Amino acid sequence: MTSPIRYYYDLMSQPSRALFIIFRLSNMPFEDCVVALRNGDHLTEDFKQQINRFQRVPCIHDNGYKLAESVAILRYLSAKGKIPEHLYPKYFVDQSRVDEFLEWQHMSLRLTCAMYFRTVWLEPLLTGRTPSEAKIESFRMHMERNLDVVEEVWLEGKDFLTGSTLTVADIFAACEIEQTRMADYDVRIKYPKIRAWLKRVRQSCNPYYDVAHEFVYKISGTGPQAKL
Amino acid sequence: MSKAIKYYYDFLSQPSRALWIGMKLSKTPFEDCPVALRKQEQLTDEYRNINRFQKVPAIVDGKFQLGESVSIVRYLADKGFFSEQLYPKSLEDRARVDEFLEWQHFNVRLTCATFFSKVWLLPAKGLAPAPKPEVVKKLIKDVEGNLGLLERLWLEKDFLVGDKLTVADIFGASEITQMTVPVQCKRKQFPKVAKWLERVRETTNPYHDEAHSFLYKVAKQAASAKN
Repeated sequence: MTSPIRYYYDLMSQPSRALFIIFRLSNMPFEDCVVALRNGDHLTEDFKQQINRFQRVPCIHDNGYKLAESVAILRYLSAKGKIPEHLYPKYFVDQSRVDEFLEWQHMSLRLTCAMYFRTVWLEPLLTGRTPSEAKIESFRMHMERNLDVVEEVWLEGKDFLTGSTLTVADIFAACEIEQTRMADYDVRIKYPKIRAWLKRVRQSCNPYYDVAHEFVYKISGTGPQAKL
Repeated sequence: MSKAIKYYYDFLSQPSRALWIGMKLSKTPFEDCPVALRKQEQLTDEYRNINRFQKVPAIVDGKFQLGESVSIVRYLADKGFFSEQLYPKSLEDRARVDEFLEWQHFNVRLTCATFFSKVWLLPAKGLAPAPKPEVVKKLIKDVEGNLGLLERLWLEKDFLVGDKLTVADIFGASEITQMTVPVQCKRKQFPKVAKWLERVRETTNPYHDEAHSFLYKVAKQAASAKN
């Protein structure tokens, strides 16, 4: 008998939140292994040796097989039949459209949203120094250049990023964008399509979407529907 | 008979080179469609119809258009147009290659590409002044942090994922080879990385050298412009 997959994560991390929502929507049983990033649990020698050599979350253990990187984990579990086809298509042409987004996001949406979040929220918290307006402006500009692409290219004539129904691409993207709330950024003001799409993603993923974002809502002081 | 896949690329782009080498080694039938980034051909309306993100590499297969090098590898593999050795079919091996392909973005790729663009490309094209020495030092430190991870975490065997070459090696090496000079100076510090780069080059030649010849020329020009 095989034991369920061990899922190491912290809902503070955006790919951790994305996988958490995906696993819940997939009714995939997993063993909850919470790693407290704020306590530096991932930086211990034990974590490095036993759990993930990159010292990051999320990661999984599947009966001794260790795997990191959220997108690699998703593909592995899909190939094992654990992720429903509507979330990550099996037909290779449809799958490659979702893959295209998952690869695109790294150096564009993900990088710039994460950098904005770090500069405005995380670094001041860690260093006690406030970033200059010019610096914030420059990071905002980079982020908005990519939000423009989401609004104008990815969401062009479609309800979801890769078609008319929700896939994992939407979940990864929404988790990235929601995080900017914590840095007091309100994506809903300039981007009507993103605004409507975020609502659809949340509806399609609830109750798990709100569970995963509880911390984001709390820190930002905003409910899922609130204006900032 | 269906038409060959059209491959849009420029050898100045590292994923373009990596994918080109992978396809050559796989004997993927494709039609060569070079896009001259230096002439900004990727920004034309005509090219927007080929790849809506206006980047290279991209493919067009009949009516199907696809961007992003890693998704292209996966698409070709599923069509049976990509070597199974380079992108394994077995679940665990494939996941290990995927792990590297996902890991690289924010690590090897981001730091090497930032270094290459700020220190070589932009100054060489007159688009930005040469960075200050302390900035260069910081960029090199970021690159070296990642070379250290390759040395300690990835290169336990001859290649990144086991004893044989996979696309992970081709993608990883393509990023690093781009900065030939600094890495060559650090052979002692990163002996496994240096040997691995040689091994990847030997295993993927003659395609490696063909894909990189243009880059070597640009790097040389940049170096002589500096002196």
